[in-house]
Amino acid sequence: MTDSGDNGKMSGRRRFLLVATSVAGVVAGAGVATPFLRSMMPSERAKAAGAPVEVDISKLEPGMLLTAEWRGKPVWVLKRTSEMLDDLKKLNDQLADPNSERDQQPPYAQNPTRSIKPQILVVLGVCTHLGCSPVYRKDIAPADLGEDWLGGFFCPCHGSKFDLAGRVYKNVPAPTNLVVPPYTYLSDNQLLVGSDSKESA
Amino acid sequence: MNKQQNSMIKWIDERFPLTSTWKAHLSEYYAPKNFNFWYYFGSLALLVLVNQLLTGIFLTMSYKPDAGMAFASVEYIMRDVDFGWLIRYMHSTGASMFFVVVYLHMFRGMMYGSYRKPRELLWLIGMAIFFVLMSLAFTGYILPWGQMSYWGAQVIVSMFGAIPLIGDTLSNWILGDFMLSDAALNRFFAYHVVTLPVLIVVLVFVHIIALHETGSNNPDGIEIKANKDPQTGIPVDGIPFHPYYTVKDIFGAVGFLIVFCGIIFFAPEMGGYFLEDNNFIPANPLHTPDHIAPVWYFTPYYSMLRAVTVNFLGVDAKLWGVILMAAAVVIFCFLPWLDRSPVKSIRYKGPYFKIALTLFVISFFVLGWLGTKSVTPLYTLLAQIFTTIYFAFFLLMPWYSKIDKVKPEPENVTK
Repeated sequence: MTDSGDNGKMSGRRRFLLVATSVAGVVAGAGVATPFLRSMMPSERAKAAGAPVEVDISKLEPGMLLTAEWRGKPVWVLKRTSEMLDDLKKLNDQLADPNSERDQQPPYAQNPTRSIKPQILVVLGVCTHLGCSPVYRKDIAPADLGEDWLGGFFCPCHGSKFDLAGRVYKNVPAPTNLVVPPYTYLSDNQLLVGSDSKESA
Repeated sequence: MNKQQNSMIKWIDERFPLTSTWKAHLSEYYAPKNFNFWYYFGSLALLVLVNQLLTGIFLTMSYKPDAGMAFASVEYIMRDVDFGWLIRYMHSTGASMFFVVVYLHMFRGMMYGSYRKPRELLWLIGMAIFFVLMSLAFTGYILPWGQMSYWGAQVIVSMFGAIPLIGDTLSNWILGDFMLSDAALNRFFAYHVVTLPVLIVVLVFVHIIALHETGSNNPDGIEIKANKDPQTGIPVDGIPFHPYYTVKDIFGAVGFLIVFCGIIFFAPEMGGYFLEDNNFIPANPLHTPDHIAPVWYFTPYYSMLRAVTVNFLGVDAKLWGVILMAAAVVIFCFLPWLDRSPVKSIRYKGPYFKIALTLFVISFFVLGWLGTKSVTPLYTLLAQIFTTIYFAFFLLMPWYSKIDKVKPEPENVTK
């Protein structure tokens, strides 16, 4: 700043005006940027979508997996056999969060089977690592997953493994168990996914 | 005729610095006379950029950025638009070749120390171009809305979700929805055809201006400006860029275009490496393909992402993977300050640097190959080993480059 003040130094008045103008400019810039940045958030239409969906499980056989769509994401409904339920207990020391202590499920699914009814698992089929949809691998001890594999879900993207309650194994990229969405039973064979109160059906 | 021409140029020169710009950047820009094969890739990158811009414009004329129509519109371009297949293959092959020439261009810089003082800023501008190029490749790959587009985007956007506290809001902001959908496709199209191309063109311009300020490096890594003819002030080892290097670069361009056309006409999918098989299936949000891998140019970083499987320091493996992957790209920016060798070029550097660079190149290729494979315990272990080597190349450089046994640099450039 050579053109200001008498001896090459900026006068207090000029410095004040410079700072005040710069601050006002930054505030105005932030003000102008706000509507543009806000316009990129999910729109009202996007927020309105995502109503709960009803799922009919009357045709679900033991060991079978059904995929429904809720908010554009796959929701799995798995009917577990009694052997599968027995195997869950054997895995506890290989899992990162065997007792579902981290908040990945509604309170009514925070139990050893992570479900309302023990046989029926309802879980979001979205890997908690980077959002791929894992593959249901019910085969025991396949060549690629090793002898200890008792059935579960394997994510082909980055190799994360989950058991048949959607609980994540230790030392895989995924940090947490699969998410259990809010759901409730409308009747024995009718599920409501996306809400846990029967009224919103 | 000459008189008329001269008066016209004079008319322009009084209004626009035409002659002086031509001289400063072409006919009187003195480049070292010892450029070799490795110096083709800068001009080739420019050639590919022009190819991408031109073919891209024509693709937008028939493409529809709508989740319901995108896939079909690409097939429409391939089947029903006259020469649409050619224009699209030029664009898709161009994307891969862009990375080929840019990786080689960067490797040239690493061999000959082109990032060293006084070219640190030139190197950083180049890195900015590389980041924009990666963003362009990513946003472009989403547009056909095939299975790989969808799940590739899902993985990349989920990475932002790994950031603590703001992750979820940030990924909703990026997607414009609570999941990957039409809103995201539409905006990635906007980035791909407007924001990023404008950015890359500006950055390339700035890159060339910065290059012409410092002058080009050369395979000997010595400053030709240090040895000027006392009469003319022209570097003794310099030759005018035009006509010498314009002609050389045209020769290089012809060679490159022969290869380029060979790929377009005979192997546009390159065995699934340039265009992946799964991307010929429309996007299905409910089903991830059994084997997903990014396009070849991202596979080294993808390997690092999934190499981290252990939580430590209270941060989970997922976030570490993302941090590691980002660090692997950003770390190139620090090269000017990591290299403590008294010489620039590999020609005069000692065995430590040569071994380190060789190991780095090997690990880059091995990680790239691993990134195309499914995860197995053995491959994860290999990825962990080679990720360590990759980072060791950079992090140990201040040490090994300093104690390395170097040869004396010559006064003048050699052949």
